[in-house]
Amino acid sequence: MLNEHILSITTFVPALGAILIALLPRQGKVIQWCALLVSLLTFALTLHLPAHYDYGTRSFQFVEDYSWITSPNIRYHMGIDGISLWLVVLTGFLAPIGVLASWTAISTRSKEFYFFFLLQQTAMLGVFTSLDIFLYYGFWELSLIPMAILIAMFGRTKGPAAAIKFFLYTFIPSALFLVAILYLYAKSGTFDFVTLQHMLATGQLGITQNALAWTAFAFLFAFAVKVPVFPLHGWLGDVFSEAPTAMAMVVAGKLGLYSILRFNLGLFPAQARLFAPWMIALAVIGIVYGSLVALAQKDLKRLTAFATLAALSFCILGIFCFSVAGLDGAVYQTLNEGLSGGALLLLLGFLYERYGTYEMPAYGGLAARLPWMVAFFVITSLSLAGLPLLNGFVGEFLVLSSSFATHTGWAAVATTGVILSAAFLLTMVQNVFYGKQSALVQGRSTIRDINAREHLAVWPFMVLMLVMGTLSPYWIKAIEPAVRGLASNPFGLHYAAHSEVRFTALPPATHTAEAK
Amino acid sequence: MNGTPSLHLLWIPLLPFLGFLLNGTIGRRLSRPVVSAVALLFTFLPFCLVANIALQFHSLALPHVEYLNHWIVAGGFHADFAFSVDELTMVFLLVVTGVGFLIHLYSVGYMAHEDGFWRFFAYLNLFMFFMLTLVLAENFLLLFVGWEGVGLASYLLIGYYFDRDSAANAGKKAFIVNRIGDFGFLLAMFLVILHFGTLSFQAVLAELATQPALHGGWLTAIALCLLVGAAGKSAQIPLYVWLPDAMEGPTPVSALIHAATMVTAGVYMVARTHPIFDRSPFALGTVAIIGCATAFFAATIGLMQTDIKRVLAYSTVSQLGYMFLACGVASYSSAIFHVVTHAFFKALLFLAAGSVIHALSGEQDMRVMGGLRSKIPVTFWTMTAGVIAIAGIPPLAGFFSKDEILYQVFTSPMAGAKLLWLVGLLTAGLTSFYMFRLYFLTFFGASRAEFAHPHTPEPTHSPEASKGMAEATTTHAAPHATVHSPDPHGAHGEPHESPWVMLLPLVILAILSVVGGALGLPGEGNFLHNFLSPVLRVVGSPEAAENGALEITLALISTLTALSGFAVAYFFYLKRPELPGELAARFRGLYLLLLDKYRIDELYDTILVRPVLFISRYILGGVVDTGIITGAGFGLGTGIKGLGSVAQRMQSGNIRSYAGWLAAGAALLLVLTFFGFGTHLPR
Repeated sequence: MLNEHILSITTFVPALGAILIALLPRQGKVIQWCALLVSLLTFALTLHLPAHYDYGTRSFQFVEDYSWITSPNIRYHMGIDGISLWLVVLTGFLAPIGVLASWTAISTRSKEFYFFFLLQQTAMLGVFTSLDIFLYYGFWELSLIPMAILIAMFGRTKGPAAAIKFFLYTFIPSALFLVAILYLYAKSGTFDFVTLQHMLATGQLGITQNALAWTAFAFLFAFAVKVPVFPLHGWLGDVFSEAPTAMAMVVAGKLGLYSILRFNLGLFPAQARLFAPWMIALAVIGIVYGSLVALAQKDLKRLTAFATLAALSFCILGIFCFSVAGLDGAVYQTLNEGLSGGALLLLLGFLYERYGTYEMPAYGGLAARLPWMVAFFVITSLSLAGLPLLNGFVGEFLVLSSSFATHTGWAAVATTGVILSAAFLLTMVQNVFYGKQSALVQGRSTIRDINAREHLAVWPFMVLMLVMGTLSPYWIKAIEPAVRGLASNPFGLHYAAHSEVRFTALPPATHTAEAK
Repeated sequence: MNGTPSLHLLWIPLLPFLGFLLNGTIGRRLSRPVVSAVALLFTFLPFCLVANIALQFHSLALPHVEYLNHWIVAGGFHADFAFSVDELTMVFLLVVTGVGFLIHLYSVGYMAHEDGFWRFFAYLNLFMFFMLTLVLAENFLLLFVGWEGVGLASYLLIGYYFDRDSAANAGKKAFIVNRIGDFGFLLAMFLVILHFGTLSFQAVLAELATQPALHGGWLTAIALCLLVGAAGKSAQIPLYVWLPDAMEGPTPVSALIHAATMVTAGVYMVARTHPIFDRSPFALGTVAIIGCATAFFAATIGLMQTDIKRVLAYSTVSQLGYMFLACGVASYSSAIFHVVTHAFFKALLFLAAGSVIHALSGEQDMRVMGGLRSKIPVTFWTMTAGVIAIAGIPPLAGFFSKDEILYQVFTSPMAGAKLLWLVGLLTAGLTSFYMFRLYFLTFFGASRAEFAHPHTPEPTHSPEASKGMAEATTTHAAPHATVHSPDPHGAHGEPHESPWVMLLPLVILAILSVVGGALGLPGEGNFLHNFLSPVLRVVGSPEAAENGALEITLALISTLTALSGFAVAYFFYLKRPELPGELAARFRGLYLLLLDKYRIDELYDTILVRPVLFISRYILGGVVDTGIITGAGFGLGTGIKGLGSVAQRMQSGNIRSYAGWLAAGAALLLVLTFFGFGTHLPR
């Protein structure tokens, strides 16, 4: 029973929680506790998935498939595979931590905050679980709105401006995306992902290659903005600066990357290969550019934004090499970024609550005052810098080593990212924590180190960083069967018939055969 | 697997890690004796495990490999947590755990007055964890874990006095420069995966053995990339610049990490992967030239340094150069021999220098030392052993290992080997000179302590200043003098001898420095060479015929060179102490160039660091990002002002109005879909 409806239950529990919160009185910490319980419940429900997941197969699991609206033909179709499994769990994991991060940071209008916060959870879970593109699109749009509203309401100084920027950046491409969806529907008469995938792969739709390429481009463009991919990252810095910590933690990365994997590689594998050279170039530029610009930032949030751009570019690089190990690495790196980037934003939030600024030059010498804080910061930085035995290394290594096999030059340039990331992260750690104590730090001598609630929020990150850095097969065994399909493209013969599509990116035989 | 019992290899690195976790999490609440007990115990237990392996070593089937778990499995690629023990690993295990334990012991005394005692020992145990992982690793990737990890431990320990900018800078510099090396290492691993499909040492070497015709080409590329990694970790040209700055860390750290163990990881790695290097004469030649050049270059800088630890740092760079030189002529066992003896005498020298610094309450400037011979006799005598050993005077340890390297270089068939030998010999003379200079300035003559107060960066110029001071005071008042704020030991007044926990390691290391040469006596009975030959022998090259007469002649030449270094130092610093100042005044340009370490740091700053920062800040961060990318977004924003004002009205803070907007949007969407698009859709 639970297995049959687990995805619906998981997805809509936060929304129900949001309604509950709307009805609760604004009294004491009632709303916070309610939000915490709901998000913990959601997390527990997401954990049901890996526990009952069949790791041997690559087909969709926990499927719910009902006809919802007959005309137009919209189905309520949900299901997950190895690509979405851990992203659902990650979303569940970040929710209670988001509540803990907002516990004191959000002191006014907490009802509105948690209402939209929980709505956002439903939207994100829905994006990962929907297999009907119309349903998916609904959740996708829903994920943008609470985000924009919360940025506007709770921004530090320029919230409304950042919200509009975010909205425009993400909404305009989404409109194109919608047109592409409707075009596909017009041609196929279905929004169902699995049906569409089959129809596209077997060439039943009779769409010209040109039209298909434009359709795929509309999909990719919307996702690339949301990731963001260089040079579409213009919104990221402002949103990171203004968004409440709990929102900033989930705004970038996983939604867009998941969608690229699911739709661009799943529906349009040949077109994805057409775009690949461009995407790889943009990814490598994004890595180097993001790291270099991060090096020069004085604002901690903007630094994080560029660091995020660089980290997400690794995922793009892994995706568009179409090798199994690279795709494994890309999905893993997506999880890593959600985890380590989230941890960094969380810690920055704690810092801001204490000192009221993200200006790096205002800090200095904190290490003597806040020993736990510096320890967490250093570990998180090392995770982001890809230190082996921590999570970041696994993804980075897989992405770089497999892209090296197919795009040696680009991969070598991307590998300089390991030098640059160490440079900007350690510079940040040094400026904030080492050296003499700054006037700001000295002036607030009563400030205490990490408290119990904050410990509760941070430790899961720290433990997971180490566990994901050492026991990666546990995650990859679910990811691999799913990405294997994307790498090999089961209908490859069909596409190979079109002469303009070349499969240059298949992994060389030595890579797979000899290692066995 | 091969019938031998489990050696519990996992526990060798894991025990120090437990020590790290314990001291790192609750160490702050523990008393100092408990913290030191934990740290010592979790270093001593691995030593016992290693000793146990050593005792049953003859009965092991080598290499003994223990697989634990998969680490990464993706596509056709997999890397495992797999540890292996062979002869090479055994040597390093003994050195790392043995010397490591002694330095832990020493630190209990040395760090007794420091804040953050727990932190120090937690980091030190963390270092042991990574270093032991490095030498036990059965594949490139696990070696890389240790490789990066020791860099992390080094970063944390160099920056131990984190409130000092110089220490924080030095830590960061060490990590980033090491990362440049790691970049090479990563590329090498990618190439290995590409061509061998695996990262396991055994599998790669087995694959190489089946293809005896394979030479050069991509093997050269792999070897050169590995060399970049090794040059980063082992402080070779052009990546040596981090090591001298690393002296900002507490002295036991310099002894353990930046002399005895971590910095030899590059040599270990080259020796471990030597079949790859053997297939590429070009790569080997590069290794030899880089090693030789580094040895000489660093030695010349060491001549004029005034900070006792900096002299030792440049001497370490120089000695590491010897080891690379040995690797470059494919004489890996003599490189490892030098690793071992160097671990003894350089750890000893650093610890003795630490004892001197301790005695002087934190003073590191040799210009204000002098006359300490009688005040700290144990330190003096152990230091004597160390100095003679490094200078290469028989029969102490350093003589045998250095002489073996020079002999191997001389007899190498490589083109230009004789030139390399000559430079190596010259370096030996310089080494002897600057080490005796350090020795005389520190322990002999009259005490110069009263002429300077220890915490002003420039010693005050005074006509009565002892003549040993002249070198610096008369010629060089620029702020280059490398007096860094020393370890902040509490002032104790008169120089005093160190406690027994510090002296015991000194004495043991002194004994090892005296007798350590016995490990590799020249001739057929070269124990270490024979022991290591299953791993390090170059396949296909016949054992060079021993040439007794030549060997003795060369030994005589290098002994004479070492003795002349001693004689010159004696003449300049004891006989005629005013001479160095006069010479420095006469050759002021050269003197300043050496004192300023050839201004390589400044050069890197000008041609690398500043341009990168400029591009980051102004071109990418300024013009491109704020100007073009964000500007485009901004235009987008202002262009749709009307929408902005609507959005502003939307932000009423009223939850019902938000919900209303939400519902309206959804309804609009549905209406559009049903009536706008839906009508002309098929079906």
